Amino acid sequence: MSPRFRRCGDRAVLVELGGAAEVLALYDTLSTDPPPGVTEILPAARTLLVRFEPPAHRGTVEAAVLSAPPSRGRRAGAGEVTVPVVYDGADLADVAALTGLSEREVVTAHTGTPWTVAFSGFAPGFAYLVGGHPRLRVPRRTESRVRVPAGAVALAAGFSAVYPRESPGGWRLIGRTELTVWDVHADPPALLRPGMRVRFAEARDG
Amino acid sequence: MGEAVRLLEVVATGPLASVQDLGRPGRGDLGVGRSGAADRGALRLANRLLANPEGAAALEVTLGGLAVRAHGDLLVALSGASCPATVTYASGRARGIGHHAVERLPDGATLLLGVPRSGLRTYLAVRGGLDVPEVLGSRATDMMAGLGPELPRPGTLLPVGPPPDRFPGVEFAPVAEPGEEAPVLGVLPGPRDDWFGADALRVLCSAAYEVTADSNRVGMRLRGPALERVRGEELPPEGMVPGALQVPPSGQPTLFLADHPVTGGYPVIAVLCSRDVDRAAQVRPGQRIRFRLRAR
Repeated sequence: MSPRFRRCGDRAVLVELGGAAEVLALYDTLSTDPPPGVTEILPAARTLLVRFEPPAHRGTVEAAVLSAPPSRGRRAGAGEVTVPVVYDGADLADVAALTGLSEREVVTAHTGTPWTVAFSGFAPGFAYLVGGHPRLRVPRRTESRVRVPAGAVALAAGFSAVYPRESPGGWRLIGRTELTVWDVHADPPALLRPGMRVRFAEARDG
Repeated sequence: MGEAVRLLEVVATGPLASVQDLGRPGRGDLGVGRSGAADRGALRLANRLLANPEGAAALEVTLGGLAVRAHGDLLVALSGASCPATVTYASGRARGIGHHAVERLPDGATLLLGVPRSGLRTYLAVRGGLDVPEVLGSRATDMMAGLGPELPRPGTLLPVGPPPDRFPGVEFAPVAEPGEEAPVLGVLPGPRDDWFGADALRVLCSAAYEVTADSNRVGMRLRGPALERVRGEELPPEGMVPGALQVPPSGQPTLFLADHPVTGGYPVIAVLCSRDVDRAAQVRPGQRIRFRLRAR
């Protein structure tokens, strides 16, 4: 679909697009060569937020979006990561019940399709992964947990995610990984960045 | 002064004091917000008075109550909410010091900030800036994300950086203080004003909203006439900006400040004009604010 511009104050434009693939394509194009004055390009589920300072203005941003090629391949550097997971999460049985799959089939579905990082939010390094098996679409828990441990692998609302550090959380926990997905001393600090492909692989405990 | 170690020792923090600079711009795509001073203009001014770079790290002090002791001879400046400020020298002599002014804090002297007469956040900048370690390119404490230096406590020693090459050019900056009874803040409609009833923007801009006690660096919860949504579906998460007025199902808006979440899932009916975000950050809980629609 053609982008729709929504004004977001006098220092940002929200570009509404058709879905995650279009958002990532535009994010890729704009972040490779941002117009002068653009300070942040933030992909989300169906939108791209472009923040700017003078000399850029709303017109600069809208022109850059409209002249961006409709869709290109992802940047070669976007990369791919394999996340080893021990599937023993507290909500695995619930996810099986909600999806009508067996616990084993949930694991097979989660590891069987490649996911893509669509965007980040909620916490530093918390990546929303899309593109997994359609059967894994489950709602959030009705009550949020006060403490979800770092490395918890979870599902909610069609997304999958790895909790970057201990935090509250309402997603359904299906497993855990030893992989560090957030390290402030690393450059870049986030392991999972927009556009990256992610594969989950079953790991043995210990 | 020589090469002696220069430090600011925190003796008391008041309700909340944190180290802030101009934050971490451009990392929202990794889930990292900008954070930084809630009143950015005030931080910049205090630094300019001391000939620091505008984004040097300083203390952001909420509702006064801060006491610090100088180790080494320091130059300081206060900005933002104006509060009674007293320096007690090592000799025991005490005197009041000015706001928006370059002041000496010699070795062993203690600076105590009283409660501001109006406004909420006072900035204490030191010539040379606070030289705590950077996290992701900034010394700002992001209370939402848990990034940056730990909050100072009594006994915390904050290192002061080397003084810049330039010298202060003015000693005093006459600046209007925050303090109107019910400040009027300009807003621009969108990005999701069409998710609300035709009347909602008029309602937002006609009545006063009270800033509730449930307010912090993340945002200010407001209480006033409810803003009615006409679209009931879930909004997929989308990027947020400082000054965004996000409206949860209760219809009571939240005004986002420096440590706002990077993405949010409730529709934003309007966004403050960027120049009014600093003013919003100086409004106290219990105070009332009004919004005025600005031309598109």
